Amino acid sequence: MSGILNTKNLSMHFMGVKAVDDLTVSFPAGLATGLVGPNGCGKTTLFNLISGVYDPTAGEIFIRDKGFTRIKCTKLRDLKIARTFQDCRLISQLSVEDNIMLAISKTGTYDSILEVGTEDYEEFLDHILETISLSHKRHELAENLSYGQRKLLEIGRALASNADIYLLDEPFSGLFPEIVEKIKSIINDLKAKHKTIILVEHNIALIKEICDNVVVMDAGKLLKQGKAEEVFADEKVKHAYLGE
Amino acid sequence: MEYIINLFILFAIYGILAISLNIVVGYTGLLSLAQAAFYGVGAYATAILMTKFDMNFFFTVIIGMIVCALIGFIIGAILSKFKGDYYAIVSAGLTIIIFNTLLNCEGLTNGPIGIFGIGRPTLFGFSFSSNINFLILCVLTLSAIYYLNKHLVNSSFGRVLKGIREDERLVRVMGHHRKTPKMLSFVFSASLTSVAGSLFASYLMFIDPMTFQLHEAIFIFTIIIVGGLADLKGSMLGAVIMISLPEILRFLGLPQETAAQLQQLIYGLLLVVLMYIRPQGILGKYRM
Ligand SMILES: Nc1ncnc2c1ncn2[C@@H]1O[C@H](COP(=O)(O)OP(=O)(O)OP(=O)(O)O)[C@@H](O)[C@H]1O
Ligand SMILES: [Mg+2]
Repeated sequence: MSGILNTKNLSMHFMGVKAVDDLTVSFPAGLATGLVGPNGCGKTTLFNLISGVYDPTAGEIFIRDKGFTRIKCTKLRDLKIARTFQDCRLISQLSVEDNIMLAISKTGTYDSILEVGTEDYEEFLDHILETISLSHKRHELAENLSYGQRKLLEIGRALASNADIYLLDEPFSGLFPEIVEKIKSIINDLKAKHKTIILVEHNIALIKEICDNVVVMDAGKLLKQGKAEEVFADEKVKHAYLGE
Repeated sequence: MEYIINLFILFAIYGILAISLNIVVGYTGLLSLAQAAFYGVGAYATAILMTKFDMNFFFTVIIGMIVCALIGFIIGAILSKFKGDYYAIVSAGLTIIIFNTLLNCEGLTNGPIGIFGIGRPTLFGFSFSSNINFLILCVLTLSAIYYLNKHLVNSSFGRVLKGIREDERLVRVMGHHRKTPKMLSFVFSASLTSVAGSLFASYLMFIDPMTFQLHEAIFIFTIIIVGGLADLKGSMLGAVIMISLPEILRFLGLPQETAAQLQQLIYGLLLVVLMYIRPQGILGKYRM
């Protein structure tokens, strides 16, 4: 097993739908891997399995060579995994700052009762807010943000967790070019820090630009995995995914 | 003057009831109708221990808090599996069970007759028996509870509670627990509610089970909806408004019968209008 994150015969079945089907795949450490495939091929479900939102029907997930038959989502922070959601999940009636603080603040009950205010994290918070260009919206409720700002805030929250592995589910979808550039530069910064990134994205040009590796899924199964140029040149991939 | 003092004592007692309910409803998003149950247990703890065991008021407060915390812990463990409507129904069940227990355990509670002759508090020889002294005690207690809760809701724990009311799963993905905070906010609220019950019993010097029925739980619920969900000052404002309303009607010189019905009408109207123009309540920070 080569990667920092691997799955072995991983399956997730919803009533008859095989969303992820006997998937064995490997994501190398310190690289950006594009996760592509047609709508409904199981990309988001794979993220949900890795992040403990669902328990797999069968198979195993290996994180840093430690095997799990299921992952508890409360352990995600300890596993140094952060994710964003395709449908952008924020606590809408909390401020921008509080949404980020949720990913930073202490998790133990007693520690968290004794922790008041954000002083201890001020510098870090400022840095994150600056990175996602939301310093001026710091005390605004998340529900009052524009779509693009909500997408940025979600990424900011992922950054705040200081993870090693980032699962990004269509972070660019529906965004203005300006914000796309912003998020690209954030991802490039993560790459420069040798973080592991798994990026779900339908735009092949963006994948080619950002990702070193590509994993192609089809109907819950692995279709092809490898270097971006090789994968996209493959006849099978062209046929199944690019429709050529 | 005496009348004003009495009114302010009620403001303070209902302020405590509302603040402690707001922790569960406004901050954690759990629709609890169990408030009358803990209010009743606190009141009866003080009434029984003071009249039958001649215990000091302040000890009875502590025992009431412990009993309510224990009940809260057991019920909370069951309740923390639920959310929304189910939570409301199961917690209302607790109020009904406690009411029936108070009504039927005659050996301990005197049943429907109630308990008479409950004393006022004394501490190191100082007596809170005059109404003005009792008011001071109530205000001090309210302030302490206000600042305690203010700390809680402004802490990281408070932020987790606010997260839970919207998206439990997301809060868990952020590494926080879900059941412990829900449970703790319920237990904490239960034991603070008990303090209001103790004060109430000692203030009236007489209690019977009729006070601690479901309509009381709904009344306290209305206070926080009017005053504002997830706002502690709003809870106190709501208490002042809801307690003053019948008094204002009384001053208008309406016959008792008409006033009572008008009061229900105004409460209902107030809620409807408020839900329409300001669903989070007057000072509220959270919409359900
Ligand atoms: N909670 C669920 N219950 C039932 N079926 C589900 C559930 N989640 C996903 N599915 C099904 O699993 C399959 C894979 O869905 P998934 O969301 O993982 O696809 P995806 O690759 O992320 O698609 P897209 O590119 O449209 O986001 C789909 O057929 C979907 O309907
Ligand atoms: Mg998806």
